[in-house]
Amino acid sequence: MKRYFPIIVLAVLCVLPLVGLNTYLMHIVILSVMWAVCGMAWNLLGGYCGQVSFGHAAFFGTGAYCSGILAMKFKLSAWYGFLLSVPLNVAVALSMGLIVLRLRGPYFVLATLAIGEVFRIFAENVVDLTNGNLGIMIERTWVEKTQFYYIVLGLGLLAYAVVKFITESRWGYYFVAIREDQDAAESLGINTTLYKTIALTVSAVLTGFAGSFYMVYMGYIDPQIVFSLGEISILMIMVVMVGGVATFWGPTVGAVIMVILAELIRSIPRVGVAYQTLFGILLIVIIIYLPNGLVGDFAKIRRMFQRGAA
Amino acid sequence: MEVLLQTLIAGILLGGLYSLIGIGMTLILGVMKIINLTHGQLMMVAMYITFWLFSIFKLDPYLSLFIAPPLLFLFGMGLQKFLIDPVLKVESILPHNQVILTVGIGMVLQNLATIFFTSDYRSTPVSYATDAWYLSDIWKTAPIELSLSFSWTISFCIAVAITVMLWYFLAKTDTGKSIRATAQDLDAAMLMGVNVNMMRMITFGIGSAMVAASGCLFIPIYYLFPALGSQFTLIAFVITILGGMGSTMGAIIGGLILGVFESVTATYVGMGWAPAGRFLVFIAALVFLPGGVASLLKRHAIRKSK
Repeated sequence: MKRYFPIIVLAVLCVLPLVGLNTYLMHIVILSVMWAVCGMAWNLLGGYCGQVSFGHAAFFGTGAYCSGILAMKFKLSAWYGFLLSVPLNVAVALSMGLIVLRLRGPYFVLATLAIGEVFRIFAENVVDLTNGNLGIMIERTWVEKTQFYYIVLGLGLLAYAVVKFITESRWGYYFVAIREDQDAAESLGINTTLYKTIALTVSAVLTGFAGSFYMVYMGYIDPQIVFSLGEISILMIMVVMVGGVATFWGPTVGAVIMVILAELIRSIPRVGVAYQTLFGILLIVIIIYLPNGLVGDFAKIRRMFQRGAA
Repeated sequence: MEVLLQTLIAGILLGGLYSLIGIGMTLILGVMKIINLTHGQLMMVAMYITFWLFSIFKLDPYLSLFIAPPLLFLFGMGLQKFLIDPVLKVESILPHNQVILTVGIGMVLQNLATIFFTSDYRSTPVSYATDAWYLSDIWKTAPIELSLSFSWTISFCIAVAITVMLWYFLAKTDTGKSIRATAQDLDAAMLMGVNVNMMRMITFGIGSAMVAASGCLFIPIYYLFPALGSQFTLIAFVITILGGMGSTMGAIIGGLILGVFESVTATYVGMGWAPAGRFLVFIAALVFLPGGVASLLKRHAIRKSK
């Protein structure tokens, strides 16, 4: 049963648009899958390799701006942004890695946070290239959601396959070794810098894809949205924390929960603005009671319910 | 020349206030070994307390120094006891749960402020807001004209006074010594009979009170809105890195450097770039001077002793 689980999920996801969900529900599904991609990308670096990044908005925004600038300045299709975002994000990840990967613990957290903010300020101030705070607006390719859905599903599959392939290969064990004890890993002959760079780069490229998709799907970006610390970098961490750190399904579960929660709370009048308060409280509760997330602490939850029933 | 001097003065005055923010952060970091990413949000809370005291009771912002910091001291102790301390004991895969926890606390505080006080920009229009001293008042034939804003200068002097008081507390009192012992070596401090948990709570309280004090000093010269917190959190950690983690002297120097650098960027490059300059300093410090100013000070001390 467990072996066929991914295939069943995939089959359900493939036929989902045929059920005839309305546009709003499709929107939620698409956003969930997009956030699942971000979560899986973050999980590769943060969950498996243990490098908690607070600056993934830099990659997300770079991806989004690749699409946006191609469409706005060069009158190309925004879809070429996916292609352009790969070399750019690799370059960003490598140069970022040069600075941050030599740092550990709190230093790493702070450095990634700062770099994410530098990207936002850069995008706000280089008005000639990015249109500054006015943002970029492009025509959406389709009005229908179905095509977008299959594309983002493809991205999700790609991310899942990449993460699964890497973590189940030799590299995955290196990553976990680095997370558990970097010095021990180093003394066993693992080139820690190399493997951290690999994790960062792969994570960056996947996040960049999600960013490019955000641009072509939403049709509008500005620096405050795609380089945002609270709405992108931290939400990415929350998706993984809620779902489960270093699990295959954690980010997906987390993404679905967070997107639905955000939409639900935002639709309540008056309380709607408070959604970040509830996110914050949720984060605090999760960290204190389920530090490994819903999927990671699934056994713990089940035990809790069994005890309640008995 | 005149512009440059004026920029430097503004930078030093700003740097003094930044130092106060940085010291609070570096204290918490030194003792607890965690980054407090809700530091700026605590400052925002203190600024709202000051603001409401001003608008309801017409209490001068500087007098709020006797109200807001003690309140934040208690609040900080509560945060440490009921939220951060339990997480230190929880086992988890990621070692940075406390950092993410402080982010969550910050989100809650900032959002609650938005709900209760709306995201309007507010300020305390004190009567002396635009007063200033001019060089030409004292020295009639001065070749250049410099001015010194009244409220900036007062804030700076109070910041210096608070820093000196804190130094006295840490260096001379028993509690202060215990705090420093906890920062240096947790286990050794515990063996010497220091109540480590108590010291952690007190440290978090003092850190919060320090940043609350800088909030009171900032409000006459700045404006206030709920999202202001995150901006100051970033400033606080840039100072901490620049100064060297856990070093009070480093935080003071780091704050001054940052203040001067920011006001120079704002004058010569453009207002929007000041925050970018802040982070460039930060990244440069990480790459070229990983131990911060504190490592330079230490090296200097070692050379002297030889």
